[in-house]
Amino acid sequence: MTSTPTGTVFEYAPAPESTAIVDIRSSYGLFVDGEFVDPTGGRSFKTVNPATEEVLAEVAEAGEDDVDLAVRAARRAYTRTWGRMSGRERGKYLFRIARLLQERSRELAVLESIDNGKPIRESRDFDVPQAAAHFFYYAGWADKLRYAVPAADPRPLGVAGQVIPWNFPLLMLAWKVAPALAAGNTVVLKPAETTPLSALLFAEICQQADLPPGVVNILTGAGETGRAVVAHPDVDKVAFTGSTEVGKQIARAVAGTRKKVTLELGGKAANIVFDDAPVDQAVEGIVNGIFFNQGHVCCAGSRLLVQESVADEVLERLKRRMGTLRLGDPLDKNTDVGAINSAEQLTRIKELSDVGEQEGAGRWSPPCDLPTNGFWFPPTIFTGVSQAHRIAREEIFGPVLSVLTFRTPAEAVEKANNTPYGLSAGVWTDKGSRILWAADKLRAGVVWANTFNKFDPTSPFGGYKESGYGREGGRHGLEGYLTWEGKA
Amino acid sequence: MRPIVPGGGLRTYAGSVTATLTPDPTELSEATSSDSALRRFLHGLPGVDQVGAEARAAMLGTRSIKTTSKELALELAIRMVDLTTLEGQDTPGKVRALCSKAMRPDPTDPSCPPTAAVCVYPDMVGVAKEALGGSGVHVASVATAFPSGRAALDIKLADTRDAVEAGADEIDMVIDRGAFLAGRYLQVYEEIVAVREACAREDGHGAHLKVIFETGELQTFDNIRRISWLAMMAGAHFIKTSTGKVQPAATMPGTLVMLEAVRDFREATGRMVGVKPAGGIRSAKEAIKYLVMVNEVAGTDWLDPDWFRFGASTLLNDLLMQRMKMRTGRYSGPDYVTMD
Amino acid sequence: MSRVDVRKTYKLAIGGQFPRSESGRTYEVTDAGGKFLANASRASRKDARDAVVAARKAFGGWAGKTPYNRGQVLYRVAEVLEGRRAQFAEEVMRSEGGTRRQAEAVVDASVDRLVWYAGWADKVAQVVGGTNPVAAPYFDFSVPEPTGVVAVLAPQDSSLLGLVSVVAPVVVTGNTCVVATSQLRPLPAITFSEVLATSDVPGGVVNVLTGPLADTAPTLASHMDVNAIDLTGAGTDEDATAWETAAADNLKRVRRPAAEDWLAEPGLDRMTWLLETKTVWHPIGI
Repeated sequence: MTSTPTGTVFEYAPAPESTAIVDIRSSYGLFVDGEFVDPTGGRSFKTVNPATEEVLAEVAEAGEDDVDLAVRAARRAYTRTWGRMSGRERGKYLFRIARLLQERSRELAVLESIDNGKPIRESRDFDVPQAAAHFFYYAGWADKLRYAVPAADPRPLGVAGQVIPWNFPLLMLAWKVAPALAAGNTVVLKPAETTPLSALLFAEICQQADLPPGVVNILTGAGETGRAVVAHPDVDKVAFTGSTEVGKQIARAVAGTRKKVTLELGGKAANIVFDDAPVDQAVEGIVNGIFFNQGHVCCAGSRLLVQESVADEVLERLKRRMGTLRLGDPLDKNTDVGAINSAEQLTRIKELSDVGEQEGAGRWSPPCDLPTNGFWFPPTIFTGVSQAHRIAREEIFGPVLSVLTFRTPAEAVEKANNTPYGLSAGVWTDKGSRILWAADKLRAGVVWANTFNKFDPTSPFGGYKESGYGREGGRHGLEGYLTWEGKA
Repeated sequence: MRPIVPGGGLRTYAGSVTATLTPDPTELSEATSSDSALRRFLHGLPGVDQVGAEARAAMLGTRSIKTTSKELALELAIRMVDLTTLEGQDTPGKVRALCSKAMRPDPTDPSCPPTAAVCVYPDMVGVAKEALGGSGVHVASVATAFPSGRAALDIKLADTRDAVEAGADEIDMVIDRGAFLAGRYLQVYEEIVAVREACAREDGHGAHLKVIFETGELQTFDNIRRISWLAMMAGAHFIKTSTGKVQPAATMPGTLVMLEAVRDFREATGRMVGVKPAGGIRSAKEAIKYLVMVNEVAGTDWLDPDWFRFGASTLLNDLLMQRMKMRTGRYSGPDYVTMD
Repeated sequence: MSRVDVRKTYKLAIGGQFPRSESGRTYEVTDAGGKFLANASRASRKDARDAVVAARKAFGGWAGKTPYNRGQVLYRVAEVLEGRRAQFAEEVMRSEGGTRRQAEAVVDASVDRLVWYAGWADKVAQVVGGTNPVAAPYFDFSVPEPTGVVAVLAPQDSSLLGLVSVVAPVVVTGNTCVVATSQLRPLPAITFSEVLATSDVPGGVVNVLTGPLADTAPTLASHMDVNAIDLTGAGTDEDATAWETAAADNLKRVRRPAAEDWLAEPGLDRMTWLLETKTVWHPIGI
């Protein structure tokens, strides 16, 4: 044995997941009243693979007339079948859907990665299993609603108009559709224009489950379609996940109506690392907090607040760890960081990163060749960031971390809360009482202590302040789809 | 499109390490000046969150190693095996058979590399040494009242010297877990120092020292991190998870914590220490997961039999069968590997 | 010769003080029959702003008190209100009309409502919060926390019971508020703020503005440091819609006006709409 390193270079050969399992059609209609139909206006748009810019399919664009047809179908289904069905029977449909999601999980995972750009490891191990788990969870609630709220006789609201984002296309669908249907509502759902395919496959799953026509309607389209869903006068409930800016537009649009609203919006979460943190796990948590799903996560830990006494060393460890992240083909099973979802999002990430540099923050990425086609951005950190920097205040929604330091626990919490957002926060320390102190002081809907970006169907999720209102997940997630005596 | 690994490994940048989390050499030398100083030092190491460590190990276990990288990994894993027999029923015949297997794991294929070592009880060292001759396969001997370590220090040292005198290249000692759990850290430290001295030879080619923690008895990852630093500071050449006689033996997350420790120790001192998970690793698939973990946690420098070993017996046959599958395209069976 | 009575000047309640409107303006308040009762302060936009500042300043301390303590404070409010039953019956009777007996029933109901809500202080978290059985080795729990500073447009008709019914749930849950009182019947609200001031309610927890809603509600609805707005007393649909629209600027939680029976037992809803659910995760390990 010698002390001279003689190690072996261990390159991982490509391990691509096969795409043979997925059959992407050349064009897709709208899913209205249990059938795929052509849009009345005959308009369509293309969805592309963000890793290659290859066009995947032509997808119908729903106009106001299509929205009206879908809402009518949903209303009919609500009054004639779904709203009258016993909770037990409704629940069995949801269980069927959960099983079908599991049976077709591989297909869904591949499709999600192709359309979204996220690593197959994440779509396979996170998005799809969590989506199925949400249906399982809410299926069981369908015949137990009277135990879910503090009232004897909860009732569904009627027709829910749901608009979801592109970062977790199938999972956000599950977060919206599962509780809505369990509570007895019918839905008109609009997936994001850059990621419609898994929702359309979900429509097929609804057909396979023999879900009564009109209970789930899926309208593809862009912002105009979403606005029409929100604005339709026969919609009783609006549920939206997306940007705070659009959330505010929706809040204005429903003012003065009877529509109930839940909004799950943006964030600028602080991930606070104290000097006594379990440091290796904290570094993992920082990485998972900001590079999971390319940072396209509303609750991403996009502000690292690290105690000044350990800042240099935590940063060194973070950089070393970032050097082992594998960026590339989303379908490769060893990829950690996939493609940015769209050219538009890539532009925004680049712009804000450039602003960060102009404002004097230190920019660092591991040496990294980006693929020539597709939309890519390397994992990036900014050091020397202060609360006054735009990159410390604005949601970048990409793999970009702003690093700030603090001296005392009070300063950490003050900086963490110094934002109009309030979706999530992280805290890393080995001291139990400090965790509970920080968890109490942080004005955020989810506090991850010695962990980050954990989700579960039983666990309520949602924001304070401008991160929105209402909760998804758990018993709380049902409340947004029910009304009862005395509820405003 | 091929995956691109930014940075290409762990040594692409060299930052200045400022203190606190990684101790400097002065701190390390002062830490062993007294029992209380050692306690302060070990308890000042960053904690390990069990769930986080397990999640990290599990994630690394999802890496998909195929084709050329699988061939490379299997070859490397074979070269890293400490082929082990530590039974009351061991005989010279059994040990000789094991040595043959270590030198020519696949008799049908001369291109198959030998294992790193055979690992035996001290009384079998001479037999093994003779059988292995100049093959380059090392003889490792357990010592210090293996596996329990419950004996007086002079007996442990005599046990060690016997093995060294019989020609052992490597000594796998066990720590006094009782002393460690009772908080007598300096005693554990001094015992390792003493055993390392007993490994010396007059010609300067002393046996290398592997220190077995029996992580299954230490229970917590915090303890594994502390004993790793203690053993490295005492001069261990290798830190080793287990005797194989206690369940659980080697685990991915336990080994992860040890890999982090050797990585950080090199950062602090410039000295590399090897890691040996032992016991419970039976399949090629598991072994490859360990190699992925070495690659991504400690770095490529540790991907060498000098710095990483598997303490195993049945693992070797599975590695060989997988290797045959890679070369022939057919799945093999136990009739096609030797059962020694 | 009969004694000349000493009449009260009805002022605002902001931050534990009883200032006049900074505008110096007042407006005439009459009884149910149209007879002059008093000149009430006509709160301005700046008074609304000052009240929000006071409410924000009070929020941390009030939210940080133990629920048991908040419950005791609210119960103390009920005690003091009970002690001033005759005075409030008189004011309610004058403001709302009706008989003394009816007015006394309103005061009794108001006291009882305070007691009801006082009891909820240390129970609501157990009803709406709890642990979440996640499918991984984490301890995961959800707790309700106060939303923050709440603008309350108090009901126009029910000058005491309605007021108490909308304010008590706000503060028992740890929120602080700025209350725009009934425009035509503001006097019981100002007298009630005197009860609060003598009942261990910290200054700034409940701030009371009197005057036309048009002067203060738009400011409160659009104020970026107000977290929620209760439009119960908004008056017209047009105003309610306009203020709900303005409230979207910082995504205030909004309670729309609805028909309410102030004598019925309230549900949890007036508390829960002002509670944010916070979910905390921690690994379980050794």
